[in-house]
Amino acid sequence: MENLLITILLTSIPILLAGLGELVTEKSGVLNLGVEGMMLCGAVAALGSVLIFGNPYIGILFGAIAGILISTVFSFFTITLMTNQVATGLGLTIFATALTGLIGEPFVGKTAASLPKLEIIFLSDIPYIGKVLFSNDILVYFAIFLIFFIHFGFQNTKIGIIIRAVGDNHDSAHSIGYSVKLVRWISTSFGGMCAGMGGAYIPLALTPHWSEGMTAGKGWIALALVVFASWMPIRLLIGALIFGGITILQFVAQARGWDVPSQFLNMLPYLATILALALISFRLRHNNYAPACLGKHFLGNK
Amino acid sequence: MTNNLNAMTFIEVKNLSKTFDQFLANDSISLTIKKGEIHALLGENGAGKSTLVKCLYGVVKPTDGQILINGNHVTINNPREARSHGIGMVFQHFSLFPALTVSENILISLDEKITKKHLEDKISIIGKQWGLPIEPTKKVLDLSVGEQQRVEIIRCLLQNPKLLIMDEPTSVLSPQEINQLFKVLRKLANSGCSILYISHKLNEIKQIASKVTILRSGKVISSTSTSKISTTSMAEKMIGKKVKKITKISKNSFLNSPTAISINNLNRKKLSQFGTELKKISFNVKYGEILGIAGVAGNGQVELMNALSGETLGEPDEIIFEDKKIGNTNIKFRRSLGLEFVPEERNGHATVPDITLTENTFLTFYNTYSKNNNFLDDILLSSNMSSNDSKSIINDNDVRCPYSNPLADQLSGGNLQKFIVGRSLKANPKVLIISQPTWGVDIGAASEIRSKLLLLAKAGKAIILISQDLDEIYEISNNICVINNGSLSKPKITSKISAKDIGILMGIN
Repeated sequence: MENLLITILLTSIPILLAGLGELVTEKSGVLNLGVEGMMLCGAVAALGSVLIFGNPYIGILFGAIAGILISTVFSFFTITLMTNQVATGLGLTIFATALTGLIGEPFVGKTAASLPKLEIIFLSDIPYIGKVLFSNDILVYFAIFLIFFIHFGFQNTKIGIIIRAVGDNHDSAHSIGYSVKLVRWISTSFGGMCAGMGGAYIPLALTPHWSEGMTAGKGWIALALVVFASWMPIRLLIGALIFGGITILQFVAQARGWDVPSQFLNMLPYLATILALALISFRLRHNNYAPACLGKHFLGNK
Repeated sequence: MTNNLNAMTFIEVKNLSKTFDQFLANDSISLTIKKGEIHALLGENGAGKSTLVKCLYGVVKPTDGQILINGNHVTINNPREARSHGIGMVFQHFSLFPALTVSENILISLDEKITKKHLEDKISIIGKQWGLPIEPTKKVLDLSVGEQQRVEIIRCLLQNPKLLIMDEPTSVLSPQEINQLFKVLRKLANSGCSILYISHKLNEIKQIASKVTILRSGKVISSTSTSKISTTSMAEKMIGKKVKKITKISKNSFLNSPTAISINNLNRKKLSQFGTELKKISFNVKYGEILGIAGVAGNGQVELMNALSGETLGEPDEIIFEDKKIGNTNIKFRRSLGLEFVPEERNGHATVPDITLTENTFLTFYNTYSKNNNFLDDILLSSNMSSNDSKSIINDNDVRCPYSNPLADQLSGGNLQKFIVGRSLKANPKVLIISQPTWGVDIGAASEIRSKLLLLAKAGKAIILISQDLDEIYEISNNICVINNGSLSKPKITSKISAKDIGILMGIN
């Protein structure tokens, strides 16, 4: 049972990290559909750097940097050149899928070192929950920290309120003297960093080999999760755990020998995504939590 | 004596001019505002009020002239500098963030460092002190328009202003809210804060201001004490000619006419997060009647207009025109029956802004140009076919164009509105449903539009007028009802409902 909970938690970390980043990006009014692509960049950068330097912590760093770099391409196009955000985000993912395939080619068949588990003394000895919560690698702790950091930041810090303000009404934000474009660049880069780290987590903790497109749709699930969570960080954790659980279901089914076609089980997380979005849209239609300026260009010369 | 007078002056504007390209928006304007004075600035749209005020608040840089504060020359380069000189401004279109709370809205516009908790206490204190009660933890989208204005005022008050500029502050308020606002303004003035009050409502200016400066075509026409000038002569100075009085025609001649349109228990869900749900709306309008629907903005007017026009559909029997159930039919079908609609938003809703007037006319009337009304014929239609119609709309309605056949958004608000109303009249409607017809339109154009509506009613047509402007509602409607939070009050005869009653129906005491 403990092992099952740990596996669910670990499986949900990439979605959680990428989702948190995208949440901040979207709060500032930018819809970046390139999460899947940014995660792939993070994954290949992390794997490559670990193979070269041998240290998994370097992998986190390179994953984050790769995520930021690729997100600045997106920012340049959508915020500065004002291209369509949806098209640019899709383009980014397609581009990154091919690019990471090319970069990852030499890594095929090699195994990278994984992130070490850091046990927190005393706490990890608590029966039942100790092992699940307090005997994890650094990115798990970081992701949990990030949830509360973002939640607190949006509620109580000026920069957090400014990000929300820019996503809510960019013309007013401009008229009281804030640089809408700068705030959006920073928020999008933060989203890129988180997606890069989420992608890095896959080779660093889950499957230590490179395979093309190894994020397998986790970026898309993260995007859906942000909507599912109504742009609230704490709900995002719940959503990520549910999706982690559904993903694990297929392994449980195999282990227990349930008579369900494996294709069906593979399909489950994506099916759940569609279902969640459909359900949520009934509620959202008239009670919309989405940032009012989400996906809209800021022209700036009004 | 002169020294004494100077000491009482807070701000003095000397020969201020501002040109945009070739256009002289402010022409050598001089103005003096004393400490603790409520000074009204009166003028039509385009008279240069906004430009002058923007110069004072540092949004626009004057081309020429001086500004003196407490006798010292100053240059104001941006709003932050204006605030540091003690000038605060409440904009007509609020610069608030709907999804943020009151305190968050204020926090991000303050230059000083302060925690949210501390600020929330401060907001409550200031609110109590000045009679501006507000819940600092509420989200702005849950506030009424009047409360939103309080947020803007508190935001200014937190910076201890010496001069508060208010741009058309009452245009969105109910009569009771206006009284409340005036109390606050008088209290502020008594405490020594000067107020520059921009308005085109003459009665209000008489009521609240001690001095009035009238602008026309960028020039100061008159600057005098409000006790020495009548509203009629203010109006004449403002528009530069005598005001035509329009007269309502035989009040109840419609009483025996048949019902044109009846609305029965109409419900609609809200369109967006900031929308209003319509609840059980019912009313009848007879031929020859003008029904005025009053209400503070954002109480369901847009939703009602959309439901009436067919932009949102419902059950068939929610709307009955003559004896046809049309609640589920689209806008095109309703127009083919003889209904016409003039929505609130001129640019982008009533017209396509970046195509010409002829092309806009074509979009409205293309059905009438098509011979057989089949798809193939429609493809071959050309927008030139509407050029005569377009010209006659322009001539019949005195639409002033900068050049022949301009793009829709090249017209001023008043002229575009005259064009839109004229276009609807050209369709010879049996029922005209019109929303905020004179919002932001200057007095001359507004009175022309209202006379056209009266003429239409006289010709036996039914009119539903949705308007925030109570004077307008009183001026031309036979019956009045009030929309408040998506519910509509029972129509009452105009002479039997007072402004106070309307205020109560608006839900604010």
